[in-house]
Amino acid sequence: MGAGITKQMPTELTREKYLALYYYMRLNRAVEDTMVKLFRQNKIVGGLYSSLGQEAISVGTCYALEKKDWIAPMIRNIGALLVKGVPPRDIFMQHMAKYDSPTKGRDGTSHFGDLENLRIVSPISMLGDLIPVMTGVAIGGRYLGQKIVTMTWIGDGGSSTGVFHEGLNFAAAQKAPFVLILENNLWAYSTPVRRQVPLENLADRAKAYGIDSYIVDGNNVVAVYNAAREAVERARAGEGPILIEAKTFRRLGHAQHDPAEYVPKEMRAYWEARDPIALYEKFLTAEKLLDAAGKKAIDDKLDTLLAAEREFAENSPMPPAEFAEGGVYCTGDDCHKIRAKWERPIAEVTPPKSSVKAVWNVPGFGSGKGSGGADAPIHFGDTPQLVAERPANNGRPGKAAAKPATRNTPKKAKAAAASASRKGRR
Amino acid sequence: MAGANGAATNGSVSGEAQITFLEAIRQAMFEEMERDPAVLLMGEDVGVYGGAFKTSEGLLERFGWERVIDTPISESAIIGAACGMSYLGLRPICEMQFIDFIVCAFNQITNFVAKGHYLWNAPAPIVIRGPSGGGVHGGPFHSANPEMYFVHTPGLKVIYPSTPYDAKGLLKAAVRDNNPVLFFEHKFLYRRIKGEVPAEDYTVPIGKAVVRREGRHLTILSYAAMMHTSLEAADALAKEGIEAEVIDLRTLLPLDEETILNSVKKTSKCLVVHEDTKTGGIAGEIAALLCEKAFSDLDGPVLRMTSLDSPVPYAPTLEEHFLPNAKKIFSAAKELARY
Repeated sequence: MGAGITKQMPTELTREKYLALYYYMRLNRAVEDTMVKLFRQNKIVGGLYSSLGQEAISVGTCYALEKKDWIAPMIRNIGALLVKGVPPRDIFMQHMAKYDSPTKGRDGTSHFGDLENLRIVSPISMLGDLIPVMTGVAIGGRYLGQKIVTMTWIGDGGSSTGVFHEGLNFAAAQKAPFVLILENNLWAYSTPVRRQVPLENLADRAKAYGIDSYIVDGNNVVAVYNAAREAVERARAGEGPILIEAKTFRRLGHAQHDPAEYVPKEMRAYWEARDPIALYEKFLTAEKLLDAAGKKAIDDKLDTLLAAEREFAENSPMPPAEFAEGGVYCTGDDCHKIRAKWERPIAEVTPPKSSVKAVWNVPGFGSGKGSGGADAPIHFGDTPQLVAERPANNGRPGKAAAKPATRNTPKKAKAAAASASRKGRR
Repeated sequence: MAGANGAATNGSVSGEAQITFLEAIRQAMFEEMERDPAVLLMGEDVGVYGGAFKTSEGLLERFGWERVIDTPISESAIIGAACGMSYLGLRPICEMQFIDFIVCAFNQITNFVAKGHYLWNAPAPIVIRGPSGGGVHGGPFHSANPEMYFVHTPGLKVIYPSTPYDAKGLLKAAVRDNNPVLFFEHKFLYRRIKGEVPAEDYTVPIGKAVVRREGRHLTILSYAAMMHTSLEAADALAKEGIEAEVIDLRTLLPLDEETILNSVKKTSKCLVVHEDTKTGGIAGEIAALLCEKAFSDLDGPVLRMTSLDSPVPYAPTLEEHFLPNAKKIFSAAKELARY
């Protein structure tokens, strides 16, 4: 595996964007470093999970989304929350169970969301459940004409759950504009990936759903961003869900309490030498995008920001005991005004004017009581024939652009990614 | 917009009409989808086939594939996707082909959907409905009454109606509610009972029980198919001079404590009848409620007439023995009245 980052996206990333990726990775790490300090001072309630060494994935993938898109981060995706615009104080207060936190102390860690503004769906601890949920957001958005893409993350461990299969299969059947990031950090708590899944590349799971996949070096933020950007564009264009396997390593234990002594020393040493932030700094320096003064400016900015955010969080009160009561039900319009935001004419919907050609006709369908009795055109996704009728590359540079995503991955992985891409296009 | 075809599909005519329980449910979905384009239906075979029991017949034809979604056999995906849709302000109805399969989505319902509002202020206005209950020789996996798994889950609402009027009115109320609502449809009632429903739009409030028959000697609390069996028993009791007050709970969560307590304060005796098994059934919850809030009004023990604590057996002789019936209710009520 190549240790360095090369400039892979010749056109799209501006200097500003290169530096934004750097800033968010640094912010991600600084926020988590601060929380380790808070944990050691017993100010964190419960466990503390770390994404040390995985920052390039959270940041690079989420940065590929537009503001209107939806995310559902998992426990090691603090970086995605920061890119979406969550202030560090909210993350600190969540972990400290403070009353000013997004859930006001009713839940902790990164279990919070924001339906109204940032469009973040809160995770639960059970793995895989976000996949059908984000599929639903994607299908719903398509129905409302919103042209959104949804994204969530799953680990190597979570990819073995039943709901991973149900969710991704349903997303594929519906051609949902959904991107799933599979962070293969090689460990599910203490169990190595090889004892969970007899596959070299977890991206191969995509083949079972008839969807495209990418394999990307998860410690190379530029590669991650490029793959995610292409996947997001393709999903938005209606090509259906896409799976990205980002290969990485969980540098700390499952949570703070776990010294992870089960991890071989050589494995840890190998990955520590491939720290995503250090690699990226080297690249930015070589490309003359960052110098010592620029780095110092970011150091200072982070120090100032996090000191203030931490102070705010520490000064926030714990929730009053009686706040445990109530709030179980939404009481109606006084509580939440639930209104769909239509971005297509409602007249298109009732009676329906489908944008999809009928796949087949059911003769005399609905001839039973209470229906018209005419032949019914059925619009339900694509049949293989319809796929075959499309232009071979669908007018998009899928195969060519997939290359940058795999350039820094092992040979085997590269081959698999390319074949997954070809297979998806039949 | 409905046009001639829409009116025909709707199946309602002016004035009150006698319709089946099944038709009441179909009409509720049809009218809600007609009223609000944010309402969708998802489930296995709900589209082309019109639902395994034909509860969604004609809906695909009227509303199209984007709103009447035939799904893979993936209950967790159905509920999860519905939850995601609801975050955009949509109001999906999920059909479980048989309610027995709802437990395949147990985690999605109890951990994801139910807790959202309390934890992170995210209401999930979805309806999960499907055919439930026994008495039709469906065997252990097509006859379940799994309501109590969900009555034990804060954040959900649980409805189990017994008449076409209530089925239609409560399903409409469920669709308009901002919370996840589980709607159980006793399949024994689907085509066996008919009732009048008004031609105009109406809802029945969630969380309100109703007195089906007034009486003074004891209160019989029941719901769903056993509601009708309880009324049959009450007729027999009346012939022996025992006037039973029969109450239809309709909603199990939140429970209408007021109606229950008012009746028991009047009659001083209470028998709870349900088709669900005994241990952990709602009868136990009601007994505890009466101990807490009506202990001094009671003139006898709170009794339970329920199915046996076993899976629903397949053979007709076994299932008949397993289920409560009018004779068993009659005996229990008579014993209680004489206490």
